[in-house]
Amino acid sequence: MSPNIPGSGLAKGLAVTLRTMTRRSVTAQYPDAQPELPPRSRGVIALFEENCTVCMLCARECPDWCIYIDSHKETVPAAAPGGRERSRNVLDRFAIDFSLCMYCGICIEVCPFDALFWSPEFEYAETDIQELTHERDKLREWMWTVPEPPALDPAAEEPKEIAAARKAAEKAAAQAAAARQQEGPQ
Amino acid sequence: MNDALDVAVRLLLVFAAFLVLPLVVGQTEHKVMAHMQGRLGPMYAGGFHGWAQLVADGVKFAQKEDVVPKDADRRVFQLAPAVALLPYLLVLVAIPVGPGDGAVGALVDAGIFFVLAVMGVGVLGSLMAGWASANKFSLLGGLRTAAQLLAYELPMLLAAASVAMAAGTVSLTGVLDAFAWWWVPWQIVGALVFFVAGLAELQRPPFDMPVADSEIIFGAYTEYTGLRFALFLLAEYAGIVVLCGLTTVLFLGGWHGPWGADGLGWLWTLLKTAVLAFVVIWLRVSYPRLREDQLQKLAWTTLVPLALAQIALTGIVKVAIS
Repeated sequence: MSPNIPGSGLAKGLAVTLRTMTRRSVTAQYPDAQPELPPRSRGVIALFEENCTVCMLCARECPDWCIYIDSHKETVPAAAPGGRERSRNVLDRFAIDFSLCMYCGICIEVCPFDALFWSPEFEYAETDIQELTHERDKLREWMWTVPEPPALDPAAEEPKEIAAARKAAEKAAAQAAAARQQEGPQ
Repeated sequence: MNDALDVAVRLLLVFAAFLVLPLVVGQTEHKVMAHMQGRLGPMYAGGFHGWAQLVADGVKFAQKEDVVPKDADRRVFQLAPAVALLPYLLVLVAIPVGPGDGAVGALVDAGIFFVLAVMGVGVLGSLMAGWASANKFSLLGGLRTAAQLLAYELPMLLAAASVAMAAGTVSLTGVLDAFAWWWVPWQIVGALVFFVAGLAELQRPPFDMPVADSEIIFGAYTEYTGLRFALFLLAEYAGIVVLCGLTTVLFLGGWHGPWGADGLGWLWTLLKTAVLAFVVIWLRVSYPRLREDQLQKLAWTTLVPLALAQIALTGIVKVAIS
């Protein structure tokens, strides 16, 4: 088709809109139909409290200082007789002010103990800005909405934790085998 | 007494059509435009696919404050929406929907003259609004409206004149009585010119330079709020109904249908009008706005010569067959 026929562009425009009209619209009607968000969608930050050691790294790295942490120390009696007493941090308060949070995710990146996660949950709008500061129980509840991470690519390198565990197991097996060989001839 | 009742019933029917048809066109536009853009359009108002969206809009408009700017020419400013809307009601009275004298609001002998003259008055509403608002955007919009009216009234009149020549009458019912199917190919150029010029006169996209919202806010209607603004919008949709109805009557044979018009004439008229209204919406979705100079160029260098050529063709054929 030659583009030089006068009016062919106009006809093409009409054809495009008419074709679009006959197709099904892709609109998802949000409040009726929930969106399917991928893992690590930046909806809200969830706290896996059991992993938190109150190291304060997240609160210190936060660019707008929207994480509030209080804690106190407790002493744990010695595990073995004659051992030393140990002190340990106990979390009293962990709150994130989502009216300040800019969803940069630095706290999640920086957490050395995997206590913070992205959750795709996004329906936590409030009418009062002060109610956007969410405390540890709410943050812990959001933990249930964190989806499991997507599977690795088929040819991907295995995760470091698994690699370390596998190496340790292989080493132990090799040692055991060597020990048996030494015992064997006798 | 009987005559008075007859007139009252006719006027009531015309008035009902005047209130309902523009809303139907408006709702169709909501939905068709949405689907042409891959959206759904209104889905909530009224429950079923947002059928009551325009009713809800009307309620919203009625609740708004009616503001008149301090420096505005009060009377003219307040009168403008009525001047924009009422002519279309008057035109609707004269459009025949079915065969015979019974299917028209009021028989007007010089129907084509009446209809075109009164439609021209409708544009005056925009001019009044633009001048009276004491706002530079309104003024610019009003001036653009005036330029558009000047440019497009001529080809519209010439195209209508071609039909009047062909039928040998200026009565709308007379035109329909004289109609034969081969008039459609015969007058097709005139029909296109009439339709396009009518669109431009209604300031419908792609001829919406006078209300170009990205340049001059909303042209002549910038200062309007609430019900008066709603009246301007209603005038636009009433204008679509009237333009499509007129094109149907003048060029597409009105109540004539392929299987005769026994009692179903009005249905043919409505069907043709509806198809044309769909085309109006379709054009709006498909094409970007014409620039002011392109608008003028289209009118003076394309539509006017085409309309004149159509008149020449009509004259030649008319002489040849008589």
